[in-house]
Amino acid sequence: MTDNQDPVLLCKDLCISYYTRAGEIPAVVDFSLTVKPGETIGIVGESGCGKSTVAMAIMQYMGANGGIKSGSITFKGRDLTTLNEDELRSIRGSEISMIYQEPFASLNPSLKISTQLMEVPLAHENISKEEARKRSVQMLTDVNLPDPERVMESYPHQLSGGQQQRAVIAMGLLSNPSLLLLDEPTTALDVTVEAGIVKLIADISKKFGTSQIYISHNLGLILETCDRVFVMYSGEVVEEGTINSLFTWPKHPYTHGLFSCIPLPTTDKNAAPLKPIQGQLPLPFERPSGCYFGPRCDHFEQGLCDKDHFRMENVEGSAPDHRVRCLRYKDIDHTKEASGDTAKESLEIGKRVLNVDGMKKYYEVKDASLMALIAGKSVRHVKANEELNFTAHESETVAIVGESGCGKSTFAKVLMGLETGTEGEIRHKGKDISDIEVRDRSTKQIRSLQMVFQNPFDTLNPSHTIGGQISRVIRQFGIETDKKKVFDRVMTLLDTIKLPRDFYFRKPRQLSGGQKQRIGIARAFAGNPNLVICDEPVSALDVSVAAAVTELLMDIQREHKTTLLFISHDMSVVRYLSDRIVVMYLGHLLERGTTEQIFAPPYHPYTEALLSAVPIADPEITKRRIVLEGNLPSAINPPKGCPFCTRCHRKIGDICDNEPPQDQVVSDRHVIKCHIPIEELSKIKPVIIVPDESERIHAK
Amino acid sequence: MTTESTTQMPSVGYGAAILRFIKSFGLLRESWVGMIGAVLVLFWVIVAVFAPLIAQFDPNASIQPFAKPGAVAASGSTFWLGTDHMGRDILSRIVWGSRTVLIYAPLATLSAYTVGILMGLMAGYRGGLVDDILSRISDIILSFPVLVLYIIVIATIGASGFNIVIAITFASSPGIMRIVRGLVLDLRNRDYVAAAQTRGESDWRIMLVEILPNARGPLIVDACLRLGYVIITIGVLGFLGLGLPPPDPDWGGMVNETRQMAMVFPHMTLFPCIAISSLILGFNLLADGLREISLRD
Repeated sequence: MTDNQDPVLLCKDLCISYYTRAGEIPAVVDFSLTVKPGETIGIVGESGCGKSTVAMAIMQYMGANGGIKSGSITFKGRDLTTLNEDELRSIRGSEISMIYQEPFASLNPSLKISTQLMEVPLAHENISKEEARKRSVQMLTDVNLPDPERVMESYPHQLSGGQQQRAVIAMGLLSNPSLLLLDEPTTALDVTVEAGIVKLIADISKKFGTSQIYISHNLGLILETCDRVFVMYSGEVVEEGTINSLFTWPKHPYTHGLFSCIPLPTTDKNAAPLKPIQGQLPLPFERPSGCYFGPRCDHFEQGLCDKDHFRMENVEGSAPDHRVRCLRYKDIDHTKEASGDTAKESLEIGKRVLNVDGMKKYYEVKDASLMALIAGKSVRHVKANEELNFTAHESETVAIVGESGCGKSTFAKVLMGLETGTEGEIRHKGKDISDIEVRDRSTKQIRSLQMVFQNPFDTLNPSHTIGGQISRVIRQFGIETDKKKVFDRVMTLLDTIKLPRDFYFRKPRQLSGGQKQRIGIARAFAGNPNLVICDEPVSALDVSVAAAVTELLMDIQREHKTTLLFISHDMSVVRYLSDRIVVMYLGHLLERGTTEQIFAPPYHPYTEALLSAVPIADPEITKRRIVLEGNLPSAINPPKGCPFCTRCHRKIGDICDNEPPQDQVVSDRHVIKCHIPIEELSKIKPVIIVPDESERIHAK
Repeated sequence: MTTESTTQMPSVGYGAAILRFIKSFGLLRESWVGMIGAVLVLFWVIVAVFAPLIAQFDPNASIQPFAKPGAVAASGSTFWLGTDHMGRDILSRIVWGSRTVLIYAPLATLSAYTVGILMGLMAGYRGGLVDDILSRISDIILSFPVLVLYIIVIATIGASGFNIVIAITFASSPGIMRIVRGLVLDLRNRDYVAAAQTRGESDWRIMLVEILPNARGPLIVDACLRLGYVIITIGVLGFLGLGLPPPDPDWGGMVNETRQMAMVFPHMTLFPCIAISSLILGFNLLADGLREISLRD
């Protein structure tokens, strides 16, 4: 990479607006960007901040109601805003490619991969079919897809999510573009798969010399892939700089706020609670005058920050391309706000609330094929949960970690009584509930065991008011029956979840995702339950909102001494809030122990891989990279021996393939299910290496 | 309660709900297609309500046969649309006939919807054997030509207003069941349904309170279209002599009685036909408008 080369892309003072019936909505304001050859630029921000709009504007694919109001986009010396459709078409897909969030939506399900790949060179270059095929196979090899010839002849549904995304990336690279736009390319994928894709993306510019613009909401991923980063807030860039300068010395209060919202593997809920950013993202037509971040900023100064809208300026004393849009950045001393001063007391762990003992859940699948009839195996089993053993105590947070398809949601269903267990026991306060369906449970039982759901847009009934839905829960649980008292109780709950009281009359569509999730929490806690299952309650929320919701959950737990079962795939969130962790894979429980035990050797090899896959937004933390090969095996036909043997990087031999491993007890309540002896596992070096406090230069 | 709580308890009442429902019709102003439909339907509703004031003659009285439109009767009043072969005033018969249509068509639609929705909810939510049985029954009914079904039902139980409602319910509820079942299959997997299940709600409450209100969008549009079909059906039944027994005015029956004279006295068949078409057109345009609005939000 040389600095004197002409930039691939140059956006100058770009303003983009959407025109709707409600009037003009300025989506992006005053956006400037230079992409040099071979450089990877990261754009980070919460949803609605305009990062995808920028990508669409670069592609000149704005839809009927979007338009560039002012500014220019120069790609290799040509102003894209002045080109006509024909000229644009020759650039799109050949010189600029784009990769979208969901791989299964980017591939045509009714065409073979080969057809879809070969189409790219055939459409843009005058070459023969054989040549196009040769290049496609070569490209599939380059994106590390095993057996490219087979992939070429597959339909998209025959590939896994990770393979699909690799095929999509191959499609994007086939025409050898100068610029690749990636819009959250790994959001829809599992963490261990994501790790592989991120590694591939990081290698692209080295291998092909392609410039990239990487759009993400995850600062950790940006750190792992990019050279420079742009932080966007409410349609404008608030801070830009190289990875090093921006991650080490974030200057803008918003950037700083984002970092405080992310749980780092060095923090936990008691010593250093997350600090959510107050307030909400303003709607584009409700932006304040002056600094858009003003109303949410701790350092807001009246008469200065709310005057005129101001431009980016260079940060004094930092790298020359570190720029910030803040008038007061020099006065703010981020080191002063030590996070330790708000430390909260840790809870005392009480008596045992939940005891899962040998729980199994099999689903029957009827096979009506002729072969199955002849073989006499017309019923097969999907082994969703296999021999789960763990306990949870009062005031304790137990995290169930695993990738999609590992059976964690099935366990939640059995626990809630939506399904019944096949074998084994789940004792809740001494009573076995694994085979009692919810309709046969007593009100007291139902009330003490509640759930917070994953999808905030689905958790509330869109037809009823918030007040109606919460009061229904209160009446259903028989807590209050008198109208007036029910109403008072709803008001108290709204106060608890820190929402205004007039939300009683609102419909769910008038609420943001975070607010809906708060109502979902209020509903679960309405009957003072002693055990609440949270099924990835913050995974669909923006970081700053997620931090606030997480803190709310923690506060309520502190108050009510509730046991939380926290289902998640995100190891950094889990590290932050849980006391104990259960690691699941393919229905099996591979490791369980306290958070400290799980995060330090000895590890189960799968735990090790999970830890390595966590993106960490701190440049001073180093970690070993472990990329798992292959895909999750099917639960109908699991491996005979260890469930993890097909992808394990520490496989010791045939014993892994043929014999199911036994539980090995490391210490009290820390159990690893693996054939490798504990002594061997203990010798493994830690995956995440955190430098000592004294060696750290981080502003925090 | 302390003074800080400014939020008052809501006045729960059906009055407010009805008011909101009427207000939502104000949205129709944004779709001119829907507006035309609403005006047409409203016109016929007004005609039916004020029938005694608008009609100048007894609809069943024989006054003067074969009068041309505009002819003046002995009493001094005008036969604006002429009279039929039995000497009955066509305008009066159309005006009074609108009552028949506007009473029985909504009644039949409502009845078909009640049955269809209940079947659809059960089939979609319960699934399994219940779904199999209900779906097969509806398959059997749907495999008959509709007209044959009507003839079989009416021939069995006799021709009367009430029996028309039964016949239409019998023939169209399987179709409604299909729509509802499809919507329920999607809605029952939502988290809010799971939330209701995990707090121990009864199946019927989940079906009627949690699921059904969220299926209302497509159902309202379909109900409007179906109301149009039902009007056609009532017309067809009247035309086949399976409608209201004579001499009560019935638009379909009026066409049937005078169709052989249509070449000579076109006014006898033309005006009832226009009445039927305009009302159906009104409902169809209204459905279009509602669909347009529901897609927008």
